[in-house]
Amino acid sequence: MLKSLVRPLLAGTILVSSAMAASAVTYVRGNDGDPETLDQHKTSLVAEAHLMRDLYEGLVVYDAGAKIIPGVAEEWSVSDDGTVYTFNLRDDAKWSNGDPVVAEDFVFSLRRIMMPDTGAKYANILYPIKNAEAINKGEMEPDQMGVKAVDDRTLEITLEQPTPFFLELLTHQTGLPVNPGAVEEHGTDFVQPENIVTNGAYKLVSFTPGDKIVMEKNENFHEADSVQIDRIEYIPFEDRATCVRRFEAGEVMSCSDLPTEQIKSMKERLGDQVRISPYLGTYYYALNMKREAMSDPKVRQALSMVIDRQFLGDEIWAGAMLPAYSLVPPGIGNYEGGGSEADWAEMSLLDREDKAIELMEEAGYGSDNPLTVELAYNNSENHKNTATAIADMWKPLGVNVDFNVRDLSAHYANLRDEKDFDVARAGWIGDYSDPQNFLFLVESDNTGFNYAQYENPEYDALMDKAAAESDLVKRADILREAEAMFMADMPYIPLLFYSSLSLVSPKLNGWEDNIQNVHGTRFMSISE
Amino acid sequence: MLGYAVRRLLGAIPTLFLIITFAFFLMRVAPGGPFDRERTLEAKVLENLNRVFHLDKPVWEQYFYYLGNLARGDLGPSFIYRDFSVQQLLGNGLPVSIQLGGLALLVALLIGCLLGTVAALRQNSWVDYSVIAVATFGITVPNFVVAPLLSLIFGVWFSLLPAGGWNSPESLVLPVITLALPQVAIIARLIRGSTIEALRSDHVRTARAYGLPTRMIVVVHALRAACLPVISYLGPAAAALLTGSVVVETIFGLPGIGRYFVQGALNRDYTLVMGTVIIIAVFVVIFNLIVDLLYAALDPRVRYD
Repeated sequence: MLKSLVRPLLAGTILVSSAMAASAVTYVRGNDGDPETLDQHKTSLVAEAHLMRDLYEGLVVYDAGAKIIPGVAEEWSVSDDGTVYTFNLRDDAKWSNGDPVVAEDFVFSLRRIMMPDTGAKYANILYPIKNAEAINKGEMEPDQMGVKAVDDRTLEITLEQPTPFFLELLTHQTGLPVNPGAVEEHGTDFVQPENIVTNGAYKLVSFTPGDKIVMEKNENFHEADSVQIDRIEYIPFEDRATCVRRFEAGEVMSCSDLPTEQIKSMKERLGDQVRISPYLGTYYYALNMKREAMSDPKVRQALSMVIDRQFLGDEIWAGAMLPAYSLVPPGIGNYEGGGSEADWAEMSLLDREDKAIELMEEAGYGSDNPLTVELAYNNSENHKNTATAIADMWKPLGVNVDFNVRDLSAHYANLRDEKDFDVARAGWIGDYSDPQNFLFLVESDNTGFNYAQYENPEYDALMDKAAAESDLVKRADILREAEAMFMADMPYIPLLFYSSLSLVSPKLNGWEDNIQNVHGTRFMSISE
Repeated sequence: MLGYAVRRLLGAIPTLFLIITFAFFLMRVAPGGPFDRERTLEAKVLENLNRVFHLDKPVWEQYFYYLGNLARGDLGPSFIYRDFSVQQLLGNGLPVSIQLGGLALLVALLIGCLLGTVAALRQNSWVDYSVIAVATFGITVPNFVVAPLLSLIFGVWFSLLPAGGWNSPESLVLPVITLALPQVAIIARLIRGSTIEALRSDHVRTARAYGLPTRMIVVVHALRAACLPVISYLGPAAAALLTGSVVVETIFGLPGIGRYFVQGALNRDYTLVMGTVIIIAVFVVIFNLIVDLLYAALDPRVRYD
């Protein structure tokens, strides 16, 4: 131990200057924090998704406006029953070492993420692929997975059942290829800068935790001619305010998140450099339906309808969140016609309060027989303010609140295992743009996310029916019906929809606000 | 003296062992684990991860597994930063923390001693009161206020120095000032107090009676004695400064190891927390030993045999 500590001490005490050739266009880009890993199969964070999008290219990719465009696959076709996808790969796709990207590379990668020993946190996102789940559970061999290289340029993926959002799934970083040669030669060390081989617009130069990740343009990338930024320095910011200061000092060109308490003053100082854009996420309170009071739908509905969401969004979150009267955020894909809002959404707050008091009285609670609920949240200033405000809004119903605050890790362990709460704060950011990715949270067999322990066979049946439906319009209708059932049963109280908060320098061109909050550097440029 | 040092170092081994054991089990008592995040994991996926990191074994078995690796000089893999071992993370960060802490210590000693001595020599004058005022300010204003303020003034408003980051020697200036400020204050107060006392002591009075020049009396006779309380303060202070500060590192965005202690605990990154605990413990042991040895060198009454 001592040796490995002392050596860098002696060698590394001189500060390395980051002076670069003056001609290279460098984009200093703020990121949410350090990645936990650069192994795409083990990633799970938004900060990692930004990095992966620049280093690798999947079969399909998001363009600057988060629309799906061809990536390594130049075209694809789907079988009539919707279960077999055939991808034709472009012949000029290359790895950063010059080797061609072939169909077998994707077969290798998709098998690797499912192998139990890889320990992939997001393996379940690709469970729609035939036998993937069984392989991940160690019940089948990886070669039984529904992925086949017909030839170097043709990849065939077979699914368990029609999955209309399958292409959306492939834009997620779990669908990105690893270089089989690098993985076989270096094992888990294939992510080190000296070993890594990428196929995206950029290649990795260095990764110093807490300091920066440096990437340079990959000359072997098939669209290299159109890539205008030569070098990226990703800076991890654990403290959002630090990024704001460095942005104002001209040291970084964009920030990936902002301190909500400063939004008002930032808007005054920085004008439209502050970007607030709808995001694919819902902030909600889960109600533990195994607890006596919470098992009564009248109580759940009353607790929900009395909350002034506009106040929470505007005052507590300084406009960084929007009121939510449904679970699925607006603007999501595959949801023609929009979601099902609560039937009281259009009522005035005063009417809602009267109605809620009435419902509580019917359930047997009121000022003479108050209900005490245990509200759990993870430690954070904004969560605390939100909980305090909501407790105040619940007072007219005769509800007293006991707060139970834990740190993030303990809070989520409690939600998943002990379920020691009546009401618990949680949030969900969609992995892909489809209502199923929100509505599946409370399916009765979803033990990981169904914190409410909601069990409704009719709801499950609707979700199964939607899964089997390949007509997108009909499927949207079924999902809407499920969401209406959710809003009537109210296992979770949807409170707010997230926004993505960014700072973008006027010199940085090509940053388009979009609901997925994806901003590939290859689509951007820098003007003097 | 050498024999004494060796005995002390050997005596530190059981202390370290106790600290490691205590820290190991304390971490495991905290609810939640390294994989409990905002997004809870699929049961099977969690099971795979637990197996990969040996978390599926009983805690005592994990403890002996950890001790076994430690005996071979292996601090284990980080549970959160999966591309790095704990050695690599600490190896990358420690030089940064040592540069920052070392410089801050040096600055604090020079300025603190100077201010303290001047204040003592001009006791109850405006110079003395100014030093006391500055010192009180330095101690009471916390670094999470000083750090963003300095960054805002010198980085954003006047663009004289980097607002943050770790790119050039200039990047060191503001963090070092932030770290040094409270230390300057404490050292100045200690030196002032002990110098005033030393100036009234018998041997200084004797030196005065012999007609020695004031400068010689202060530098040779008074300061030597006045340094002793500062030195005993410096042991733990140096250990704390050199192992990094979470506030300064986070606010200026510096890649030191101070962040790992707090972040590691919040993330339940068991091995990383153990690694930082061991480093801090080793530093405390070593600096306490250095303090004791310096005492023997400065105070003729202290002898180690």
